[in-house]
Amino acid sequence: MKIHEYQGKEILRKFGVATPRGKACFSVDEAVRVAGELGGKVWVVKAQIHAGGRGKGGGVKVAKSMDEVRQYAGQILGMQLKTHQTGPEGQKVRRLLIEEGADIKKELYLGMVVDRVTQKVCLMASSEGGMDIEEVAGHTPEKIHKVFVDPAKGLTDAEADEVARKIGVPDASVPQARGVLQGLYKAFWETDASLAEINPLILTGDGKVIALDAKMNFDSNALFRHEDIVAMRDLDEEDPAEIEASKFDLSYISLDGNIGCLVNGAGLAMATMDTIKLFGAEPANFLDVGGGATTEKVTEAFKLMLANPKVKGILVNIFGGIMKCDTIASGVVAAAREVHLSVPLVVRMRGTNEDIGKQILKDSGLPIISASDMADAAQKIVAAVSGK
Amino acid sequence: MSILINKNTRVVTQGITGKTGQFHTKMSKEYANGANCYVAGVNPKKAGESYEGIPIFASVKEAKKQTGVNTSVIYVPPPFAAAAIWEAVEAELDLVICITEGIPVRDMVEVKDRMRKAGSKTILCGPNCPGIITPDEIKIGIMPGHIHMKGRIGVVSRSGTLTYEAVGQLSDLRLGQSTAVGIGGDPVNGLKHKEVLELFMNDPDTDAVIMIGEIGGSDEEAAAEWYAKECQNKKPVVGFIAGVTAPPGKRMGHAGAIISGGKGTAQEKLAVMEACGIRTTKNPAEMGKLLKSVL
Repeated sequence: MKIHEYQGKEILRKFGVATPRGKACFSVDEAVRVAGELGGKVWVVKAQIHAGGRGKGGGVKVAKSMDEVRQYAGQILGMQLKTHQTGPEGQKVRRLLIEEGADIKKELYLGMVVDRVTQKVCLMASSEGGMDIEEVAGHTPEKIHKVFVDPAKGLTDAEADEVARKIGVPDASVPQARGVLQGLYKAFWETDASLAEINPLILTGDGKVIALDAKMNFDSNALFRHEDIVAMRDLDEEDPAEIEASKFDLSYISLDGNIGCLVNGAGLAMATMDTIKLFGAEPANFLDVGGGATTEKVTEAFKLMLANPKVKGILVNIFGGIMKCDTIASGVVAAAREVHLSVPLVVRMRGTNEDIGKQILKDSGLPIISASDMADAAQKIVAAVSGK
Repeated sequence: MSILINKNTRVVTQGITGKTGQFHTKMSKEYANGANCYVAGVNPKKAGESYEGIPIFASVKEAKKQTGVNTSVIYVPPPFAAAAIWEAVEAELDLVICITEGIPVRDMVEVKDRMRKAGSKTILCGPNCPGIITPDEIKIGIMPGHIHMKGRIGVVSRSGTLTYEAVGQLSDLRLGQSTAVGIGGDPVNGLKHKEVLELFMNDPDTDAVIMIGEIGGSDEEAAAEWYAKECQNKKPVVGFIAGVTAPPGKRMGHAGAIISGGKGTAQEKLAVMEACGIRTTKNPAEMGKLLKSVL
């Protein structure tokens, strides 16, 4: 699960990480009022969307007067912000963060993830903060310093101080940086985060260490123990089809192609998508119906796929194990009838009760194309969609 | 022979009183030598009771003391599953197979750290995996037993139904399996491709291995590099990686199946495997045929 920058900063503040003063706003008037309350002469108007790269896309502006605050808030609020993470259609800006301006002397980078190899939380830090950290990691990996944190001890004082020095924090500011690093680690650990990033972490002219940005993602498997974080979810930032799917316990991801696919199991679902591509077409979605698919679930899965206007054909690929092929076949027939299916449908079934399942499809009288294996299924649906 | 489990393995089911645990314990007990293998269950509140003739004990330690179990299978719900793993580790079992899906990553980081620091010899398989099967001997997990066939091909995979797909193709070609191991799709887990590959390389009854991976992480690369260095030409290995079409940053079902920071793409994995002498296919319908071609 993802949250907004201002929510990430709220969490970090609770763990003792300093951030600029600021507040989330939902209208231009509110933005101006908040800027007035904050006082000072410089404010930052920041678009709040879940994607990164907002600055480059024109979603972050520095205002030097109240008129500019009003002007920029008006420009950004409601804009369709395009960044390298939003895709070409962009993401509509519905919230702003208005913050006091900061005296930036140096921009640093901090990131945290769970490292799969060491199976520990990995702190990544660099003196090269700012917008192009991915470039830094790619071209000059030696400038990214890593610490693998012992889960029983947490990030120690010595580790924190060493990293702070390596990324160029002056001695006088090292104790403060230690607080930031340890606060970030505690925030990450205690909230079951899967990613935390402060980019940039800044050194100010008077030696303060401040988180100018905050990005946090959370382990969806751990949300059951974090009601406060679940409350931060912003459904406007999520794909409506994926939200709908989650209500029925379906794992669904929208993609750009025109062949819908319905599969049991994540690995087999990916393999099915790959096979569609191998035979010259593109999948419209990833959809795993899971192990306990019922007729209702399969019907909902069909509705989801067909709600996408790009879908010109559907491929169902089932390897029946515990879930029997006849159950799926009945579900497919019921779903096809209920949604008045008008695009070609290819079904490939294998495993438990395969023959009964195939007979159900045949007896339904529906124009369902049967396939013998995954490759055959992909070739048939690609041919049907391209009108061959 | 086989790897990890055989007809002499004695199993305790942790979570035997839940719906999933009951269903799969019954199915596993009915497979091959299951009636002799499944000898204990655990539930602290139901000690003294039994399920399908299997006695239930208060703890794994007690189950081990009374029945001599050496392996555990876990169906305990996600919030309690890491503690169940630790209980099996403390009882010094040889092998723990955790089927449970949806365990918080932090819980796995903690339990794996405790296992390392305790110098535990217990092997963990999973979590979020279909389990392990040695055909015609024993099935521990949720895979459909009837698609398997006894033979000399090793199977190791991160996903469930895609493993069944590979096994089904092998059985269709009359290529039986020595053991099929589902290591699971979570980012922090127990057995990795490399370790299972090593077990197969040292198993006199395995002639070749099919290794199935997916996007995310670098476990497949590590296994391929180890194979190139240690066992080139020892036994043929073929592979498939799911997720060529998966876009970066989108989690494909499994917590571990995500391309992040440009790492863990299928293309990258396939290239490393090929360079290390592992033949790969981009067509998952041909995994079985590819294996047959290298025998």
